[in-house]
Amino acid sequence: MMSDQQNVLANWKENMRLPKCSLYSLLSAAVLMLFSIAINAAEPIRIAVAANFNGTLQKLTAKYEQEYGQAFVISAGSSGALYAQIQQAAPFDVFFSADAMRAERLVAENLAIDSSRFTYAVGVPVLWSGDAHLIDNKAEVLRGDAFRHLSIAEPRNAPYGMAAQQILEKLGLWQQLNTEKRLIRAQSIGQAYSQVASGAAPLGFVALAQVIDENGTVPGSYWLAPAEMYQPIVQQAVILHYAERDAATLAAARSFMTWLQSDAAIAIIRQAGYGVE
Amino acid sequence: MGNSMLSPNDLQALWVTFKLALVSTALLLVFCTPFAWWLAHTRWRGRVVIEAVIMLPLVLPPTVLGFYLLLLLGPNGWIGQTMEAVGFNHLAFTFSGLVIGSMLYSLPFVMQPLTAAFQAAGGRMLEVAATLRASPLERFYSVVLPLSQRGFLTAIVLSFAHSLGEFGVIVMIGGNIPGSTQVASIAIYNHVEAMDYASAHTLAAILVVLSFSLLLAVYALNRKFKVVGI
Repeated sequence: MMSDQQNVLANWKENMRLPKCSLYSLLSAAVLMLFSIAINAAEPIRIAVAANFNGTLQKLTAKYEQEYGQAFVISAGSSGALYAQIQQAAPFDVFFSADAMRAERLVAENLAIDSSRFTYAVGVPVLWSGDAHLIDNKAEVLRGDAFRHLSIAEPRNAPYGMAAQQILEKLGLWQQLNTEKRLIRAQSIGQAYSQVASGAAPLGFVALAQVIDENGTVPGSYWLAPAEMYQPIVQQAVILHYAERDAATLAAARSFMTWLQSDAAIAIIRQAGYGVE
Repeated sequence: MGNSMLSPNDLQALWVTFKLALVSTALLLVFCTPFAWWLAHTRWRGRVVIEAVIMLPLVLPPTVLGFYLLLLLGPNGWIGQTMEAVGFNHLAFTFSGLVIGSMLYSLPFVMQPLTAAFQAAGGRMLEVAATLRASPLERFYSVVLPLSQRGFLTAIVLSFAHSLGEFGVIVMIGGNIPGSTQVASIAIYNHVEAMDYASAHTLAAILVVLSFSLLLAVYALNRKFKVVGI
């Protein structure tokens, strides 16, 4: 009886040994991998960026990485969605908002470091169409019926949409276009751009940065609203408290933020179609 | 209504949502009943291809589906251009466009239960009815329909509930126009983005309660009308 039980036990141990071994080797391999990652590269800076600035930020980080060897992990989304994620402890070190309000609120909610907050760009809204003849230089096209839909970003969520609403209000067209159901509201300025670029909407208010090319020209036709027609689109960045989890990351984030205010960085931001304060 | 937290805009969005779910479900039934009947009984070898195509909306990400619909229905797409050539407007950013998108999106949810029900409802009962000299239409109404009751019920509720919560397709082809193409799910998303969480919660709670009651109803009814042989 007894020996039978021992046999069973021995068998059981025998059976257990194999998976145990592979588990150990797996674990040690994983630990080794983690170590090698830690040795080979410094911790990347994790950035959450408003979609309109994503392209420009990619250029900036590429240049910075080339010069200083700092790695980045970038997540792009709408400011509203990113803000909600940061509130729920999303793992981001720096937040590039499309407005000042959300950066300020994160500071007020004790999620971000106030001393790090600065205006990295001032957004420029532009009425744009892929059709080279649609938009005249006084935007008279908006008063006629040469178009069926005008695309803007949702004004409640997107600073560029808010600016578009203010411009249309100044022109006295907001009510009319709404009543006629000709105003389509994209979820983000990125969607507004794709609606116009794909031709689904003949024209729309987008960010100048989305349509300007390397040589500083804009394809199709466009109209830049006078700056006094809308509240400036002040875009702010801020370091989040998450970056304080280790001193090296915090220091790296701070150096990057400082570099963003250098002449080299500002030149890139301006060329991308933004103003700088 | 008195102290409800819903803004007129939210109520409008709920109304558009219901209208959309109702219209697209009704049209799907009209279109899918003969289609599913044919699919259930055809011996054509190509039917597997049709079956696979019908399930595609389940696999494709809704925003992808919506994007291609936008290109197709918009002023430069061949459907949109054909519409304009014959004197109508293109369908991007219109309620009709939403109905088309919604129908495509819910197609598998209607075709699947209907085809299954029709497959089960064919056979002996129909032959008996035929020997009793029932006309094809009579046979459909007095034999097939009662036998497929569960399938229809499932199709209707799934399509309706699925349309209530639809987001991705509508975000792409709707244009979020209040009173015309802004549905509840998009209104909720916009509330969240605008940090108006209270309104988002209210609207979301209404959607959850409605969808839950619908699903509860269908399961309860399913039990009641259990059809022998399925």
